[in-house]
Amino acid sequence: MHVVVCIKQVPDSAQIRVHPVTNTIMRQGVPTIINPFDLFSLEEALRLKDQFGAKVTVLTMGPKMADQALRKALTFGADEAILLTDRAFAGSDTLATSLAISSAIAKIGEKEPIDIVFCGKQTIDGDTAQVGPGIATRLGLQQLTYVSKIVSIDRDAKEIVVHRRAEGGVQVLKTSLPCLITMLEDTNHIRFGTMADAFRAARYQITEWSATDAGVPDIGQCGLRGSPTVVKKVFAPSARTDKAVPITGETPKAISDSLVETVFSAHPGLQ
Amino acid sequence: MKKELPEHFKAYRHVWVFIEYERGNIHPVSLELLGEGRKLADKLDVELAGVVIGAEAEALHEAALSCFEYGADLVYRVADPILAHYRNEPFTKAMTDLVNTYKPEVLLLGATTLGRDLAGSVATTLLTGLTADCTALAIDDERSLAATRPTFGGSLMCTIHTLNFRPQMATVRPRVMPMPERQAGRIGRIADHSLSMAEEDIVTKVLRFVPDRDSDKAQLAYADIVVAGGLGLRTPENLRLVKELAEVLGGDYGGSRPLVQKGWIEADRQIGQTGKTIRPKLYIAAGISGAVQHRVGVEGADLILAINTDANAPIFDFAHLGIVADAVSLLPALTEAFRQRLSINRAAS
Ligand SMILES: Cc1cc2nc3c(=O)[nH]c(=O)nc-3n(C[C@H](O)[C@H](O)[C@H](O)COP(=O)(O)OP(=O)(O)OC[C@H]3O[C@@H](n4cnc5c(N)ncnc54)[C@H](O)[C@@H]3O)c2cc1C
Ligand SMILES: Cc1cc2nc3c(=O)[nH]c(=O)nc-3n(C[C@H](O)[C@H](O)[C@H](O)COP(=O)(O)OP(=O)(O)OC[C@H]3O[C@@H](n4cnc5c(N)ncnc54)[C@H](O)[C@@H]3O)c2cc1C
Repeated sequence: MHVVVCIKQVPDSAQIRVHPVTNTIMRQGVPTIINPFDLFSLEEALRLKDQFGAKVTVLTMGPKMADQALRKALTFGADEAILLTDRAFAGSDTLATSLAISSAIAKIGEKEPIDIVFCGKQTIDGDTAQVGPGIATRLGLQQLTYVSKIVSIDRDAKEIVVHRRAEGGVQVLKTSLPCLITMLEDTNHIRFGTMADAFRAARYQITEWSATDAGVPDIGQCGLRGSPTVVKKVFAPSARTDKAVPITGETPKAISDSLVETVFSAHPGLQ
Repeated sequence: MKKELPEHFKAYRHVWVFIEYERGNIHPVSLELLGEGRKLADKLDVELAGVVIGAEAEALHEAALSCFEYGADLVYRVADPILAHYRNEPFTKAMTDLVNTYKPEVLLLGATTLGRDLAGSVATTLLTGLTADCTALAIDDERSLAATRPTFGGSLMCTIHTLNFRPQMATVRPRVMPMPERQAGRIGRIADHSLSMAEEDIVTKVLRFVPDRDSDKAQLAYADIVVAGGLGLRTPENLRLVKELAEVLGGDYGGSRPLVQKGWIEADRQIGQTGKTIRPKLYIAAGISGAVQHRVGVEGADLILAINTDANAPIFDFAHLGIVADAVSLLPALTEAFRQRLSINRAAS
């Protein structure tokens, strides 16, 4: 069994600020981490390694420094790591991102066929949840998003059964491999890797692929040029300037009576 | 950046809303989108259409009538037994076929688990732009859809356009657009379109659907009054105080993300960026610090009351009313005060 886990390097905090004058994103000095949602998928992949001896390949698209995220994934127990890096990818929206990543996955699959591609549910920076479905669509993979549990895998029949979070309930789905899965958050806990994994990760030679290496069919469809969406404006959310009106009193009862009075006089509709 | 819209896209006209219709119900976000879509269509001087996809033509007819009452001029109906449960493959096929046939300029979907699963596949198949999880939509002077969305967990807003491709697609967060007035008796046209697919063509099978046990679970996003607890409650037992207040107020309860992680409450009671967005008339937050990821989920509330021991907690920056106190001792008194007031009101009426 061979599984590929797509991970993204993101700033270690969702609290990025906007420069008040230039309206650009201030990322400087913010440390980077593996997108937290990707760790639930990585752990699930590592469990398939425990269970079936699956080989786990991690893949990221990003600048050279994104190799740190890959190396981290190796310390958890991933087997191989590929960094997709090329100036041509700069400014990619989700459509262009899914093109680059799906090309690389197809390339990886040529050497060793892939049974499952894992993505995170979404990232904490771009936060679109669109790249997973984009990759599945481009590769013609069955798409299983918001998976809360992998129930069973039948390797001979090439079938998988999962629980998928849907609106108002859970779908129990059966589909064929290969497929693409995005795991729901808090479905597992990323393990501590072994010392052996840590040593191997430190020495591991990460493969770097350019757009051409990855076999991207048309460079013109990559990066800013290949992105149909255009970010026209970036701004800080308008902050409410008025602070909460304090409700005070000597005792909990006094405070409560005063509050109830305030609430119902300001909003008679609530009664 | 701006290029002339390619010739073959110029014929794309009208605003469409994908209607999320499951188990006999339209998801409220679809009606919210009809309200918003109506405004965009009027601005563009075009028609507003709903797209209903499902198993039975009759049931979809009912759904279509609702669409008209909430503002649609036209409904595209795709009825086929294959479409009984949501599955990505046949829904993507139905949606992309419709778009390629009737060519809308704007296509909106709810940013639900279903909407986001479907939108990503549809946009990739059509090779067009998709703006995720929007909170505001507008039409600019060049007939272009300006879709505004929070990113980086709500600390940053951006406005995105799809200039040279059609349709311009966006998913929109539930509960950020107001529910439009229902116009009883308003009618429109239904156009049928068939799904050219057989069950054998579809790889994924739905073995079962397990509805959430607790039927009010799904109500949180639509409750008029929500009471929520955070780590400031200190013990899982104290959550009872939150539930009691919610019950007296006839509302629902929820909590911050750490409470879900600790197993004090179920995952679909989480409020915030990675949980539910709520838009109640009254929101009471007890022992919640007010992190930005929590804030983005509650900001639409008409009235926010925060109870926190720390006068400098960020929640007081966006709450309307604030009580600096120990929630554990205050909540019972507050529940009692509301109980008394409401029983007097009831006796009077
Ligand atoms: C402020 C802002 C707003 C944006 N809004 C939009 C928008 O509305 N529409 C749009 O099309 N683009 C948008 N983008 C661009 C988008 O963020 C990038 O295309 C980004 O490369 C991928 O999107 P994401 O972070 O949302 O990933 P998601 O789709 O949320 O990621 C899902 C999963 O896909 C995988 N994945 C994503 N990126 C990578 C990667 N680089 N390498 C490996 N795996 C990856 C991971 O497993 C991840 O968990 C926006 C960018 C910014 C900065
Ligand atoms: C990617 C990402 C997504 C996230 N998504 C969400 C989300 O959807 N929803 C969410 O809520 N969080 C989310 N978070 C977590 C968020 O950043 C905060 O960590 C979380 O909201 C804090 O929860 P809290 O307020 O309950 O706890 P804390 O931040 O620990 O705050 C507890 C508060 O209680 C007060 N307090 C202590 N004792 C008392 C007392 N006796 N009476 C009254 N007050 C008291 C304290 O002063 C403090 O302000 C997310 C984080 C990340 C990184």
